[in-house]
Amino acid sequence: MNWALALPEIVLALCGMAILLLGVLRRGDTTALCGWAVLAAFVLAAALVATGADGHAYHDMFIVDAFARFAKLLILTGAALACLLAMDWNRREGIARFEFPVLALFATVGMMLMVSASSFMSLYLGLELQSLSLYVMAAFARDDVRSSEAGLKYFVLGALASGLLLYGISLVYGFSGGLDFAGVAQAVASPELASPGFIVGVMFVVVGLAFKISAVPFHMWAPDVYQGAPTPVTAFFGTAPKVAAMALLLRVLGVPFVHVPWIPVVMLMSIGSMLLGSFGAIAQTNIKRLMAYSSIGHVGYALIGLAAGTVDGVRGVLIYLVTYVFMNIGSFAVIAAMRRRGRAVENIVDLAGLGRTDPGLALALAVFMFSMAGIPPLAGFFGKLYVFLAAVQRGQWTLAVIGVLTSVIGAVYYLRVIKVMYFDAPGEPFEARATATSVLVFGCALFTALFFLFPSAIVASADAAARSLF
Amino acid sequence: MIYAIAVFAPLAGSLIAGLFGRAIGDRAAQAVTITCMVLASLCGITAFAQLVWGGAPTGTVLLGTWVDVDRFHLAWALRYDTLSAVMVAMVTTIATLIHIYSVGYMSHDKSIARFFSYLSLFSFAMLMLVTADNLVQLFFGWEGVGLASYLLIGFWYDRPSACAAAMKAFIVNRIGDLGFALGIALLFWTVGSVEFSDIFPAIAAHQGEFYNLLGSNFPVMDVIGVLLFIGAMGKSAQIGLHVWLPDAMEGPTPVSALIHAATMVTAGVFLMARMSPLLEYAPGALAFVGFIGATTALFAATIGCVQNDIKRVIAYSTCSQLGYMFIAAGAGAYQASIFHLFTHAFFKALLFLGAGSVIHAMSDEQDIRRMGGIWRKIPITYTVFWIGSLALAGIIPFAGYYSKDAILEAAFASGTGIGMYGYVCGVAAAFLTAFYSWRLIILTFHGAPRADHHTMEHVHESPLVMTGPLMALALGAICTGFVFHGQFIGAGWHEFWRASIFNGPNNHVLADMEEIPSLAALLPSIVGIAGIATAYVMYVLKPSLPGALAERFGPVYRLLLNKWYVDELYGAVFVQPYRRLARQLWQVGDAIIIDGVPNGLASMTTEGSGRVARLQSGSLAMYAFAMLIGLVVLAALFLLVR
Repeated sequence: MNWALALPEIVLALCGMAILLLGVLRRGDTTALCGWAVLAAFVLAAALVATGADGHAYHDMFIVDAFARFAKLLILTGAALACLLAMDWNRREGIARFEFPVLALFATVGMMLMVSASSFMSLYLGLELQSLSLYVMAAFARDDVRSSEAGLKYFVLGALASGLLLYGISLVYGFSGGLDFAGVAQAVASPELASPGFIVGVMFVVVGLAFKISAVPFHMWAPDVYQGAPTPVTAFFGTAPKVAAMALLLRVLGVPFVHVPWIPVVMLMSIGSMLLGSFGAIAQTNIKRLMAYSSIGHVGYALIGLAAGTVDGVRGVLIYLVTYVFMNIGSFAVIAAMRRRGRAVENIVDLAGLGRTDPGLALALAVFMFSMAGIPPLAGFFGKLYVFLAAVQRGQWTLAVIGVLTSVIGAVYYLRVIKVMYFDAPGEPFEARATATSVLVFGCALFTALFFLFPSAIVASADAAARSLF
Repeated sequence: MIYAIAVFAPLAGSLIAGLFGRAIGDRAAQAVTITCMVLASLCGITAFAQLVWGGAPTGTVLLGTWVDVDRFHLAWALRYDTLSAVMVAMVTTIATLIHIYSVGYMSHDKSIARFFSYLSLFSFAMLMLVTADNLVQLFFGWEGVGLASYLLIGFWYDRPSACAAAMKAFIVNRIGDLGFALGIALLFWTVGSVEFSDIFPAIAAHQGEFYNLLGSNFPVMDVIGVLLFIGAMGKSAQIGLHVWLPDAMEGPTPVSALIHAATMVTAGVFLMARMSPLLEYAPGALAFVGFIGATTALFAATIGCVQNDIKRVIAYSTCSQLGYMFIAAGAGAYQASIFHLFTHAFFKALLFLGAGSVIHAMSDEQDIRRMGGIWRKIPITYTVFWIGSLALAGIIPFAGYYSKDAILEAAFASGTGIGMYGYVCGVAAAFLTAFYSWRLIILTFHGAPRADHHTMEHVHESPLVMTGPLMALALGAICTGFVFHGQFIGAGWHEFWRASIFNGPNNHVLADMEEIPSLAALLPSIVGIAGIATAYVMYVLKPSLPGALAERFGPVYRLLLNKWYVDELYGAVFVQPYRRLARQLWQVGDAIIIDGVPNGLASMTTEGSGRVARLQSGSLAMYAFAMLIGLVVLAALFLLVR
């Protein structure tokens, strides 16, 4: 048994415990110290992931392949960027506590376990570790009613989803006789072998995971939680857990359930998400709520790639996730910079005239918005391009056409943000922002704007990752 | 090399004046364009002289490759033969004189640099047209001429009438251009090349071919010939597509002179001569050319008799004279048509610039009913106007006599029905031409002054910069006929034209011209003098006669005054229905359907968005319920599709 395959997770978990001890035992304010320590731990884990070997371990409960590595690096990136964003925000909001980065760290360990799971047992353990940490993070501003409400809602619905997932796993186990992915795939080696009970089990598992990526119709928590949770937490929710859950969904549908005809279900969720994401966002006035609907829409686009069920499709999903992580973190960094008189403002109209009061910030947000709308040559365009390409190659014209149409509708609210920034009368300027926030904003904007210069490295590694699943 | 300078110097002048006119100022822009034009005309005349008297070989000046795709080859090349050289020499000379004249005429205008840039561009486009070595390059020049004419007719773009006239000229020309483009395409399809050197030898081989359309057979060459002629009809303002030419008067007078004399309208006649190797094998097309030309000659002359705008009278006279040129082309005497083009360029430029001088003297008055009694005040203008009119009326020994008589003799000698029709129309038009020319002279210069006192006080002769070109052109209007007729259409024509114009093996019209009855040859001169006499009687001896005639033959008078109601007919048949269609497309197609659908979709989207947002009630139970419903629906679907 090669226990060293899990070295990044082990190291990260040990670092988490050490940092927790440091925070508890050391006198004085240790928040900043713990924050930097967590970032360092992320970097260390990323280095270990990048240099690790492939293989199975722990009685086939754990797998490391190109796909897992790709997803883990993306998760670590998202988590690190969100933690960086949180340090300044939490201090200004008066909720700076050392537990925050530690919780993010444990959530990340859970996500890494999820993407490396090759058994339903390890899948569930990773998922729960992640979820429990996230519940707490959502309610982290515990004096704020909306934050508490967000945490509670997320917890209740998450518990329901976990219950459904567990029930699905038990059904799958009951009807196939195995828990590890390869065994289940073997037991149900053709669509005829899938009994109704097994199908129902699969459906429950899919629902449990679809909840995590907030695909329609399991998305209803997202707008409330996105709006209520502190902005860096929302940024975190939008990136790392989404990547982890999507990766898990790709693996579960691609390995143990590969012979189950799940494509129509995924297509339906994809179409529903794209439609709801674009229609729901138009009426929003709160930019965080807008981003929630936007993320639902993006999940719909990513699911197009999954519905294709091909290497190209999976590759499309992975590229989509990469571009999405950076657009999302960048947008939330801008939102985090929206502060007046010591308070965060988060209505779209608060951005009025930003083009004149803060041209740099406005330009960056414009880049993110254009990119999310899928305007070439920004990163978001390539994300959409590859998933649409996969759908068209598979002959799934319906998905591609709906995707393009909803992109057009989606452009309405992205462009509205830009219109408000550049054409409305300016209000009071925002407060000066922290260096870290600026770095995040402009770093992500540069990545998004210049993605077209270096797509080949990312496309190639996404391609390798996608191939390792098949 | 000299030849290339003649063609490209005007382009250089145009670019410098157009791009840097603002920076270098009006004076410098004038100097640059005129210098370039003078250079061009010197080179053009030299090239012509080398070819005709110096015995230089004909050839092609290769400038570079234009298109080289698979079997389709095109080169930028200048054709150097007599036909092109004549045109280059004539165009550069006339255009130079008009440039110089414009210095005086446009001296009070705001956009002098722009004007000179356009003038030079116009000249360049015409030079590209006449020196083209293939049909596509010819078409390039053809369209360039159309563009420049649009810019110049609409030069005073703040006048709605000028803009309308510019658009009219452009649009009517597009209709002709469609025929021309189709002709080029068919020729390429038939012969497989657009280069003259490939086309002309191949014509004879395709002589007996037919296009089958809707069960009828059409000879290939006749179809192509007619299509090319439709293009020529647009540019040369032949009946049906002539409506733009009188309206083109809206441009400044030097522009009218340029359009009517050297560039633009002569392009169609040139095209016929250039395509003579094709037309010689297209008897049907030639008959059509002759018929249209003869009809236009007479038709335009009738209108010219009753118009009251000094420039409009001359404009219809151009229309009519172009008709003569097509009579000659239709009779197979391309040499005669080019000869008339050549002489006409001098006296028509003279008449227009003279008219400009009159307008200048009369404080921008153009209506001859408000002129008169000014001949002593502007003697030079008056003299050159006489010379131009004598040449136009074909009175011996002025230039028009030689060329117009040659055309009518050729029409008579061709011996065909169409030829006779051309002869009859031509003689009738000759009478009318003389009549309206002297009507114009008498009303403009003689009689009691009909302008107001203030205007009369300011009547003055134009400055030398304007009268100089007038005198040079007057010299041309006197001499070009007897100097060149021997070479263009006389005994030396074989040697002069060499192979640049082709006459088929059975086409002996140039020889037969000499053999026609002397009465037929004299008749045009006789009716010309009769026309002058009639004008004298009607406007000097019995000034009440025109009014009485107009009253007596009211309907005919109104028909002529309103230009045969062609504009009204086109307005009712084409323009109004088109406008109605456009308005329908705008109000229904665009405003209701094209705008309405997106607006409707947008409001539907907004409404849908509101509904989606209302689903998000905030109730936890509701959320959980939605999840379970979703689960049940998806699971049911899953089981069903399995």
